[in-house]
Amino acid sequence: MSDASRGAAYDVAVIGGGLVGSAIAWGLARLGSRVVVLDEGDIALRASRGNFALVWVQNKGNGLPAYGAWTLDSARAWPGFARELLEETGLDVKYQRPGGFHMVLSEREYEVREAALKRLHAQPGMPHYDWEMMDHARVASFLPDIGPEVVGASYSAWDGHCNSLRLLRALNMAMQKRGVAYHSNHPVSEARYETGEFRLFTPRGEVRATKLALRAHRHLEYPVSTIRQTDEGGVMIGDSQEEKTEPVVGHKVIAVLADRARRMFPKLASLNIVRTWAALRVMTQDGFPIYEESGDCPGAFVATCHSGVTLAAGHALTLAPLIARGELPAERFQPFSTRRFHVQKAA
Amino acid sequence: MFRRPREDARAIVRITFDGLALEAREGDSVAAALLAAGVASCRTTPVSGAPRAPYCMMGVCFDCLVVIDGVGNKQSCLVPVREGMAVETQRGKRELGA
Amino acid sequence: MSAIREQYDVAVIGAGPAGMAAASLAARAQLSTVLFDEQAAPGGQIYRGVTQSPLRDRSILGADYWAGEKIAHEFAASGAQYVPRATVWSLTPEREIGVSIGGGSQLVQATHVVIATGALERPFPIPGWTLPGVMTAGGAQTMLKSSGIVPEGRTVLAGSGPLLWLLAWQLLNAGASVDAILDTTARESRARARPHLPAFLLSPYVWKGVKLLREVKKHVSVIADVASLEARGEGRVQSVAYTTAGAPTALELPVDNLLLHQGVVPNVNLAMSVGIEHRWDGDQLCFVPVLTPFGGTSVPGIYIAGDGGGIAGAQAAAWRGVMSAADIVHTVHPQAATRAAKAARTTLAHFARGRRFLDAYYRPAPQFRMPAGETLVCRCEEITAQQVIDTVALGCPGPNQMKSFLRCGMGPCQGRLCGLTVTELIARERGVSPQEVGHYRLRPPVKPITVGELAELPKDDAAVKAVVRI
Repeated sequence: MSDASRGAAYDVAVIGGGLVGSAIAWGLARLGSRVVVLDEGDIALRASRGNFALVWVQNKGNGLPAYGAWTLDSARAWPGFARELLEETGLDVKYQRPGGFHMVLSEREYEVREAALKRLHAQPGMPHYDWEMMDHARVASFLPDIGPEVVGASYSAWDGHCNSLRLLRALNMAMQKRGVAYHSNHPVSEARYETGEFRLFTPRGEVRATKLALRAHRHLEYPVSTIRQTDEGGVMIGDSQEEKTEPVVGHKVIAVLADRARRMFPKLASLNIVRTWAALRVMTQDGFPIYEESGDCPGAFVATCHSGVTLAAGHALTLAPLIARGELPAERFQPFSTRRFHVQKAA
Repeated sequence: MFRRPREDARAIVRITFDGLALEAREGDSVAAALLAAGVASCRTTPVSGAPRAPYCMMGVCFDCLVVIDGVGNKQSCLVPVREGMAVETQRGKRELGA
Repeated sequence: MSAIREQYDVAVIGAGPAGMAAASLAARAQLSTVLFDEQAAPGGQIYRGVTQSPLRDRSILGADYWAGEKIAHEFAASGAQYVPRATVWSLTPEREIGVSIGGGSQLVQATHVVIATGALERPFPIPGWTLPGVMTAGGAQTMLKSSGIVPEGRTVLAGSGPLLWLLAWQLLNAGASVDAILDTTARESRARARPHLPAFLLSPYVWKGVKLLREVKKHVSVIADVASLEARGEGRVQSVAYTTAGAPTALELPVDNLLLHQGVVPNVNLAMSVGIEHRWDGDQLCFVPVLTPFGGTSVPGIYIAGDGGGIAGAQAAAWRGVMSAADIVHTVHPQAATRAAKAARTTLAHFARGRRFLDAYYRPAPQFRMPAGETLVCRCEEITAQQVIDTVALGCPGPNQMKSFLRCGMGPCQGRLCGLTVTELIARERGVSPQEVGHYRLRPPVKPITVGELAELPKDDAAVKAVVRI
């Protein structure tokens, strides 16, 4: 019997201790909620680890403008979010917003990218923000080391990045400082709703809570995004999307990634790769998040998305208070409910 | 501190370390040649700038990293010396473009 | 050197005794055989430099070392294709090998693979172990074997295990001085080893060992029951401080070279990156692969031979190479294979006798496996023991989460020098077994490889589509 299962029921049990779970847990604890986080063990299929540490806005929301708005709001909230984490934990998550480039290596890629972004911004309900297509010369004025094969890039000043491992660590520290009970090796095998309480069954005992926040079970799974240099100096190269069950990057995909990377930045050719990583990413059918309260079990909320870094601020500072209050306002969150899949099916 | 055997029939190989001329022997690894020549430290760490020297001599510790002929992050214990080779201390993080 | 083919019957990785023996047998059975090794000459670590050592006087290194010469000559004559200075950075369960030679990478497919990458020295995390002038005993031994180079000035050996004594003997033979041996072999270990003593006395190890020990003790001051060690100095090691059991006041010896050793452990990185099943061995205090008697692993077609399968020594390694190759050639040459396997099994049993005594007697003491405070655990990322311990208190259950939290294990050595320490520290703090805690999840490349080299590997449309996505 573990500590998690002793004592009175918690206000909220968060199932999953990755970026989404930790951000929500901290956001709740910040408002005074009694929170328990039930996480898996060391070799869990951690989607959080498959991130690229981008806080990225520029191409989000094609097909769901509400997602574009939600993303922009989170990006706006990020500087304050990072500051608060620094104050609470002393850890600097190194958030920077220099603007971001999505580089293309052929005319065709350029055309496809431009068309996609034009379509994105033409959608009704899409928030307005600046973006532009740049040719090689313009990109080179920002990034002088680009290779000759770079045809151009799309750019937005709203894009940035952070140190995502520090972010996870900071959220973890911050939530524990605020009294969140964090328990690893407590995978939840079953959840039951009885007499106004959720009962969660783990191998180490039962945990009770008034409300529940959890990741939806996965609909589709892919591994993970293109070049950034971390604050520690390492360079990350990505990314591929493949439907696989084993999180390993194959030789041919590595070759393509490496080839594109050196075409974008020829100086990278002589750098040593010391590590590849892959993770299973949570992807819903349409790639957009699900935020929804259960109809059968009011008080159980689902939060699942694949941009846990970008949306961390939104999760902590906007979503968590709504969960604490016990309601997701319909006009804002209706686009993110699973009912959209049923509508598509019916149509 | 290390010294060479009195009798070593192998051919002499001339290399430089941070510009200074060193005499190595055919078949030496760069790391062995540096240690035999009295070099105390071959790199400083990217995290804290602490001095390091070859530790395992078999390619698993990565403390023997040096710059060889302009290319950084070379494990000197795995590279045999070659006439005219220019070896340099690797300071901190390797520079992009080096 | 002939060109590397795209396909072989047998690929062997590692040119130590196990690798050479396996490749020899496979090649002589007319199977197309290639052996890749990182070093410039064969011998692995134990027989390092055996075909090109500058030492003319054979008595310096001793007869056991020169036994490697015969194996190397047989290997050279066997018909196997030997590829030196080849770094294998990847191996898939389908037996596709990614290998880097002369700055260029290629993919090689093999029907059978024998991983013979041997062992490395157990980490010895003491305060100051990263100071220049502190090296492994094996490292000093390698310099002696390959280049005849010996330590000069004040030299102290510290730790436990047969290699420490062997090195001291070899250094004395070479005319070097050894000022002291700080022996960390624990009294409790000596007592616990006693039940295994009879078997040890019947083993091939005993008489050589006793003779060697006696000779070394004649010339070197040995301090027994060392309970703690600290390397001290500014910019390089200048002294080593130590305490002995029951005497808490530290004594200090000035040093120019401090050579550390507390046993060897399997080099698991390539094997683990393929997904081969490993388990924690409580006697040898390390992760070992789960193997059949022929060295077969949990991945079909891939074998592990030699000390990579669990520490058993050089002579056993050669016979384990024979066992794996015998299993491979069995379909082609059943009689020869059966004969070889039978001989191997008998000899291996002979060498197994006495192993348990050595493992128990020289079991590294807990304070030298699990350091405290500011002692560095991860040399690459400079993470301390206290940081690891504090992170466990935050709820971090294992080494992979530890990576995320601290970058511990994310450096170029890929956990080779911190993996065991981190696993044991977490296990102790959590009060569970190292088996439960597990190991860093390892993936290719197991050795650093440049972006440029990887970019030149073959690609296909599916791979391009997975990345470009337009």
